[in-house]
Amino acid sequence: MAGMVSSPAAPPELAVDVRDLTVRFDDFVAVDGVSFSVPTGSVLGLLGPNGAGKTTTVRVLATLLPASGGSASIFGHDVQHDAHRVRSLVGLTGQYASVDEELTARENLMVFARLLRFSRAGARRRTAELLEEFSLTDAANRSLKHFSGGMRRRLDLATSLLAEPPLIFLDEPTTGLDPRTRQQMWETIRRLVRGGSTVVLTTQYLEEADQLADNIVVIDHGKVVAEGSADDLKASVGSGRLRLSLVDDGDLPTASLVMEQIAGHSVETEADRTLVVPVAGASLVTDVLIALRDKGIEVSEVGVHKPTLDEVFFQITGNPRKEGA
Amino acid sequence: MTAATAQSRAQRRQRDNLTRRPSVASTAATSLTLAARGLLKIRHNPFRLFDVVALPIVSTAMFAGIFGGAIAGSVSNYLPNLVPGVLVQVAVTAAVNTGVQLCEDVDQGVFDRFRSMPIARIAPLIGALTADVVRYIVAAAMVVLVGTLMGYTPHSWPGLLLGCLLVIYTAFALSWVFAFLGVRMPSAPAVQGASMFVLMPMTFISNALVPTTNMPSWIKWLADINPVSHLVTAVRQLANQGSVGMDIIWSLVGATLIMLIMAPIAVHAYIRKT
Repeated sequence: MAGMVSSPAAPPELAVDVRDLTVRFDDFVAVDGVSFSVPTGSVLGLLGPNGAGKTTTVRVLATLLPASGGSASIFGHDVQHDAHRVRSLVGLTGQYASVDEELTARENLMVFARLLRFSRAGARRRTAELLEEFSLTDAANRSLKHFSGGMRRRLDLATSLLAEPPLIFLDEPTTGLDPRTRQQMWETIRRLVRGGSTVVLTTQYLEEADQLADNIVVIDHGKVVAEGSADDLKASVGSGRLRLSLVDDGDLPTASLVMEQIAGHSVETEADRTLVVPVAGASLVTDVLIALRDKGIEVSEVGVHKPTLDEVFFQITGNPRKEGA
Repeated sequence: MTAATAQSRAQRRQRDNLTRRPSVASTAATSLTLAARGLLKIRHNPFRLFDVVALPIVSTAMFAGIFGGAIAGSVSNYLPNLVPGVLVQVAVTAAVNTGVQLCEDVDQGVFDRFRSMPIARIAPLIGALTADVVRYIVAAAMVVLVGTLMGYTPHSWPGLLLGCLLVIYTAFALSWVFAFLGVRMPSAPAVQGASMFVLMPMTFISNALVPTTNMPSWIKWLADINPVSHLVTAVRQLANQGSVGMDIIWSLVGATLIMLIMAPIAVHAYIRKT
């Protein structure tokens, strides 16, 4: 428990203040000296692959797991020493819907509202409000067994919002959802943020962090590997990747040089005659194509795709990510 | 209602919840809410009561048929001894299933949510165990019903009722032992197995089904000190004589002691579980 000295009261502008947080399980370190802070009213995206330590970090912040070292406070309250207070300030929506499978949606909300000391009438009113807000009114009295994944997540989120907590943790809110439901979930989260809530969300998707977060902390193997706004990250990674296949492999060196000059990033050679480079915007793609035509280089295939998480890690850390922990 | 009053309502509640520890009153209220949750689950899934409905029917009818003639000359002569015995046996088995069901429930995400809420950490456990009192009531009622249908009439109905209450209280106390196993063990079958290992000798090496007089001396010695025997004797005295003996005191003291020791241990194990 080295370094467990309680930190001086954090200024109230910080909803979350994490310093040198470490979580050790029997034989491996899940979170390894992570530090970050979240200003009140902002959205932080914790971005990382499976097993990076995102969920473990959130579980410590939500008082579900003790830290092995370092400190974390929520609105100035230490998560370990003041756990009960912290619990009344946060709402947690987990990776797996944490609602009562055997009850109906309405019963779920009623039970949790009563636990949060709503009066019976108050609980009924708030339940009706949330069912309406999350488009669950029609399904309110049905058993959760017949709920789709999206409905389950919505109910889970609604449950987290019962007491209108000033800080909300969303642990992979859209993992496993189909694209349409994901869009709906994003819209819901945006509405939440407009209402003034502070949100910490974990995600494996660069796009999701980009869409929702003001600031992004990238973690891998329990360590923070990059930090900044979505724009900062994009500046280092590029918003897309341009992939070009050439007709003649004799053109490779020239084409590579042209692409590097225009895109401002180093070019990778993929297959025999395929070159890949990060690009910051669509206009750069046009510039590259025009420049190649001017040099008389023929292109057989062109494609632009979003950077994958692996590519982000490659750009940020300079190393391809190793699988496993 | 305006947004401003809703806002201040939420703030007031957050301030109320923003104490260092939950009070005893709020812990009691929370536990009751969670017990109500347990009852809702039973209502949605009546099969949770299957064991406490089926086992009394099978046990009462089967043991009466098997042992009745041999031990008491006839089924009707045997019933006054058997009904209290089966009552205890069935209630104790129902307490085991509390632990088994808890083992499955605790792994569900919903217990994570309980842990992340500003409620007493003991409340989910008290709530679950309290809701299961309904199961013991059903079990006791079924034994009495089946016994009566087979021709049993207690000497004293109020005595039998008190006996049932004593058995239900004991089952609740014992359920803390199995709740501890339920929280601690990895899977429901493991809980079932470990519990049965204790339960089989506890209920059978006793006076519940047969008199201990003809048992080999070492088994008789075990059966006579077995708390189950004292409980069974207590219920027999209440139902068949309408009288209160020392065995009732021993049963009450024993059950209460078990609860006082096991409840904190079970809660500790539950809180430590991550």
